[in-house]
Amino acid sequence: MENEQKPEELANIDFNPPETGWMDTPPEFKKGIFCYGSRPSYLEAVGFPNAREWKPTDEDWKLPDNWKEIVLEGMKERLEKYRSFKIFMDICVRCGACADKCHFYIGSGDPKNMPVLRAELIRSVYRRYFTTAGKMFGKLAGARDLTEDVIKEWWYYFYQCTECRRCSVFCPYGIDQAEITMVGREILNLLGTQTDWIGGPVANCYQKGNHLGLEPHAITSNIEYLCDDIEEITGITVEPSFNRKGAEILFVTPSGDLFGDPGTYTAMGYLMLLHELGLDYTWSTYASEGGNFGFFTSMDMAKRLNYKIYAEAKRLGVKWILGGECGHMWRVLNQYMDTWNGPADFLEEPVSPITGTKFENAKSTKMVHITEFTADLIKHNKLQFDKSRNDHLNITFHDSCNTARGMGIFEEPRYIIRNTCNNFFEMSDDETREKTFCCGSGSGLNAGENMELRMRGGMPRGHAVKKVQEKYGVNMLANICAIDRAVLPPLMDYWAPGVDVCGTHELLANALIMKGEIKRTQDLRLEDLPGVEDDDDDEENNEEGEE
Amino acid sequence: MYNGGKIILGLIIFLALAAFPFYSNLGGSAKKAMPSLDTPVIQQLAVKECVKPGEYMKREHMKVLDQWRDEVVREGKREKILVGGREFEKSLQNGCMACHSNKEQFCAECHGYAGVKPYCWDCHLSGEGGQI
Amino acid sequence: MGMLFSLFMVAALIVVAYAGVAVVNMQNLFGVVIPYAAIAIFLAGVILKVLKWSRSPVPFHIPTTCGQQKSLPWIKHSSTDNPQTTGGVIMRMALEIFLFRSLFRNIKSEVTDGRATYGSDKLLWLGGLAFHLTFFTVLIRHLRFFAEPVPAMINTIDALDGFMQIGVPHLLMSGVILVAAAAYLLWRRVGISQVKYISLAADYFPLFLIISIGLTGIIMRYFAKVDIVSVKKMTMGLVSLNPVVLSGVGSIFYIHMFLISVLLIYFPFSKLMHMGGVFLSPTRNLSNNSREKRHVNPWDYPVKVHTYEQYEDEFREKMKEAGIPVEKE
Repeated sequence: MENEQKPEELANIDFNPPETGWMDTPPEFKKGIFCYGSRPSYLEAVGFPNAREWKPTDEDWKLPDNWKEIVLEGMKERLEKYRSFKIFMDICVRCGACADKCHFYIGSGDPKNMPVLRAELIRSVYRRYFTTAGKMFGKLAGARDLTEDVIKEWWYYFYQCTECRRCSVFCPYGIDQAEITMVGREILNLLGTQTDWIGGPVANCYQKGNHLGLEPHAITSNIEYLCDDIEEITGITVEPSFNRKGAEILFVTPSGDLFGDPGTYTAMGYLMLLHELGLDYTWSTYASEGGNFGFFTSMDMAKRLNYKIYAEAKRLGVKWILGGECGHMWRVLNQYMDTWNGPADFLEEPVSPITGTKFENAKSTKMVHITEFTADLIKHNKLQFDKSRNDHLNITFHDSCNTARGMGIFEEPRYIIRNTCNNFFEMSDDETREKTFCCGSGSGLNAGENMELRMRGGMPRGHAVKKVQEKYGVNMLANICAIDRAVLPPLMDYWAPGVDVCGTHELLANALIMKGEIKRTQDLRLEDLPGVEDDDDDEENNEEGEE
Repeated sequence: MYNGGKIILGLIIFLALAAFPFYSNLGGSAKKAMPSLDTPVIQQLAVKECVKPGEYMKREHMKVLDQWRDEVVREGKREKILVGGREFEKSLQNGCMACHSNKEQFCAECHGYAGVKPYCWDCHLSGEGGQI
Repeated sequence: MGMLFSLFMVAALIVVAYAGVAVVNMQNLFGVVIPYAAIAIFLAGVILKVLKWSRSPVPFHIPTTCGQQKSLPWIKHSSTDNPQTTGGVIMRMALEIFLFRSLFRNIKSEVTDGRATYGSDKLLWLGGLAFHLTFFTVLIRHLRFFAEPVPAMINTIDALDGFMQIGVPHLLMSGVILVAAAAYLLWRRVGISQVKYISLAADYFPLFLIISIGLTGIIMRYFAKVDIVSVKKMTMGLVSLNPVVLSGVGSIFYIHMFLISVLLIYFPFSKLMHMGGVFLSPTRNLSNNSREKRHVNPWDYPVKVHTYEQYEDEFREKMKEAGIPVEKE
C-alpha cells in the first residue's frame, strides 16, 4: 500500500500540542498509521490467548471478560520481574530530554510519540493502581483509571515505537522506552491484541523455523538460485551444505536475506565469502532465522523462537555459531540468548580457523557477528579486493538501532566498507552511531498498511541520507540489518530518490577477488559494472593497464 | 540478578552520610557559644549600653560596622555617635573594642560557633596578636 | 492546572508555618516535632523504596551502548560509554551522576523548511547541573549548623562560595545560582509548550518548594536576619536529641524549616527518588559483556518449544526430497 501524501506535505509538521490535556485527548485511529489486528490462526499456532477476528477500528475489541484483572495482574507480575520496568515507572522527572529524540515524534508531531508521554500512558495507570499518591489524589497525581479506551491508546502508541532506544541514550537516568514498550506489548498480548504483521512471522518461525515460513526445500532451492547467480557472475560453483553434522561452524542469518532484494545480494555475499575461505560451515533449515519477531510480543515467545539456534548447534555438533547481518537479531543474541537458552557449554570458544583470532568477547555465547569475523580477515590480509568494482557507488552507512544501542558495533562494518570501496561518506554525528535514527519500520512495524507511519518515522533517516546525497552524491545506503534492507528502499524512494540499499557483504563480495573467477562484468545484482568492457575488449584493456 | 550486596552497601553509605549530624553529636557534649561581656571597661560602666540594643546588635552588628567603615574611610565622616550621654568612636578598634577588648571570648566565641569568618582582621590589628 | 495547584500548595504551606508560629505559638511543633518526623520519614522512606526496587531482579543484560563495543583488539573501544568491565561501569556511572553525561549529549531537533535538522542544546544540561551542584553545595554548607566545632572543610567551602566578598554577610553564590537554576527549570515547564504539555503537578510542586526554601534562606541571611547563634543552638539541639526552642529566632526560620521538612517527607514518594534510582538503572549500570559472561535470570523457567524432532516429523519427506540429511529415514 502506498502513502499518497507528497514528501513536502508529510514534512509539514505541526509540533504544537493540542489545547486539551493528553489524558483528555483520546487517540484518533488514523488510516496508514496502524497495522491490522492479528488473525486468530496466528495466535492459535503459538498458544497466545483470546484468538478471534477483530479490527483495531472496531468499537468492541472483544477483550476477555476479565481483561482489567488480566492487565493489572500482568502489570504487577512484570513490576516484580523487571527492575527496569519498576524503576522506569518511578523515577522519570519529565525533563523532556527524550521528547524530540524519537523519530516518530519528529516525523509526526504527535505529543504521545514523545517517549516521555508514551511512557506516561502506562505510568498513569501504574500510579492509579500501584501507588498511594495515585490512589488518593487521582488525576492530580498524574493517575487515571484503566478503561478500554486506555487499552486502545496503548495499542495505538506502543505500535508506534520501534524499540530503538534512542531516547535512552539521552535520558539522564537511562530510562529506556523500549523496555516500557516491550512490557506494554506483552500485556496487550495477554488480551490477544497482536498485529497481523508480527503474528504471522512469529507463527511461521515457530512452526517452520523462519519468519517467512520457508519450508526446508524452499530454503535450499532459494539458496541454490543465489548460487546460480554467483556462478553466472564469477564462474565459480558454490555448493553450501544444509543441516550437516560435524561442520565446524553453524551459520545463522535472517530469513529475509534469502527471499527479497536487496537482502538476497547480501546472502550472495556471505556465500561467496565463506566459499572463498573454504570455511567448514553449514546452514540449517530448522534454525533458519536469526531475527526474532517473538521479541516484539513477549519475552517467553522470544525465548521459544531463539531456542532453535543453540538446539541446532548442539544437534549438529558444531564448534561455534556465526551470525549474519541483522539488527534486532543481534540485540537478542548479544543481550538475551545466553540468558534464555544458555549456557552453551557444548560449544567451544570461537576461534577463526583462517586467522586463529580468538573472539574473546563472545566466549560465553559462542556466537560471532559476521562483520567481526570479516573485519578480522581483512586485518590479517586474508582477502584480496578490487575496490574499483564499487567505484560507481558513493556509499553512506546507516547504523541500525539494535546493533548501535544494544551492542555497539560501529567500526567493524565501516572497516569492511573502507577496505572494499573507495567512496565512503558519513552522515552527521547527530544521525549516526549511538545517535542513529531508526528506519521507522523496526520491531515488527514493517507492514504495508501503516506506510504513512513508516514514512513519518523514517523521515529523520530519509532527510539524513538526502543531505549526504546532495552534498556528496551518495547513491548507496549500506547497513547491517535485514529489516533495513527490506524497508529502506521504499523509504529512500520517498525521501531520497536515487539512493539504493545494500548490506556490507554485498559490497565486500562485489570487490572480492575469488580464486579462479572469470573476469567480472556484472555486479551481484547482475547489472553491468560501469567502466568494464566485455570480454572482446579484454586485450585492449590489458594493454592500457600495462602502460 | 539482584545485586543485593551492592544495594545494601549503597544504602549503608547513604545512611552514613544522611545521619552524620546525628551520630557525630551523640552525647550532646558539643560546646555552646557563650560570648563574654566581662571586661574591665564594661564592669566599670554604670549603664551597660551599646550603640544599639543587644538583640539588634546580635543580628545586625556586621551591617553597623560596614556602614561605619564606608562613612569613615570613604566619606571622611568621623563625627562621633552619642548614645545615652556616651560618645562612641566609629571604629572597630577604638570604638567597639574599647569596651569589648576580649576578642577571643566575645567576637570569636560566636563567629567560631556559627562558622562565620569575617574579614575584619585581614586589615585590623586584633590587639591580641591572634586572628579571629 | 498542575502549576497553579502546586503554587497554591506551597503558598498554603508557608501560611501554615507562619500562622503556626506567629499566631498560635506552636514553635515546638514546627521546630521540633515536624523536623524529627520528616527526617524519620525521609530516611525510612528512601531505604524502603530502594529495598522495594531491589526485590525486582534484573533478569536480562540490557545496557544502552553508546560507543564502540570491545571486540577485536585493534579496534578502539569506548570504555566508558560502552563499558566492558566493572571499572568502566564505575566510570560511566560517575560521569552520569556527577556530570550528567547523558544530558550532555542533548541535541535539539527541529523541522525547518521541511527538513529535519539538529543543533547543540546544552542549556538543560547546564541548568540541571547548576541546580544539582549548588543544591549539594548548599546542603554541605549547612553542616555548620549541625557540627561543633565547624569542620575546617565547611569554612573553606563557605569562603570559596563567598570569595567575591559582595556585601555583609558576604554573598554566597550557591544559593543565588540554586534559585536561578530552579527558576530556569520552572520557566522551561511554562515556556516550552511541549514540556508544559507533559508536566504534572508533581513536577511543579518540588520546584516551587525548593525555590521557596532557597528564597527563605536568602531572606534569612541577608534581609530579615535571625540570631544565628540561637538558630544553631536549636539545630544542634535537634541533632543531639536535646531539642530546645529559643526566642529571638524569627518566623522566617520556622517557615524555612517547615518547607524543608515537607521536602523530606515528600521525597521518598515522588520523582525525587531519581536520586536513588539512577544508581539502579539497568541500562547504565551493566557492562556490555553479555556475550563474554553469562547473565543469569533468577526467575527463568522452561518454555514450550518446537523441537527439531517435531520439525523433522513434519517435514521429513520434503527434506529428503531436497537432499537434506535427516535423523530418521
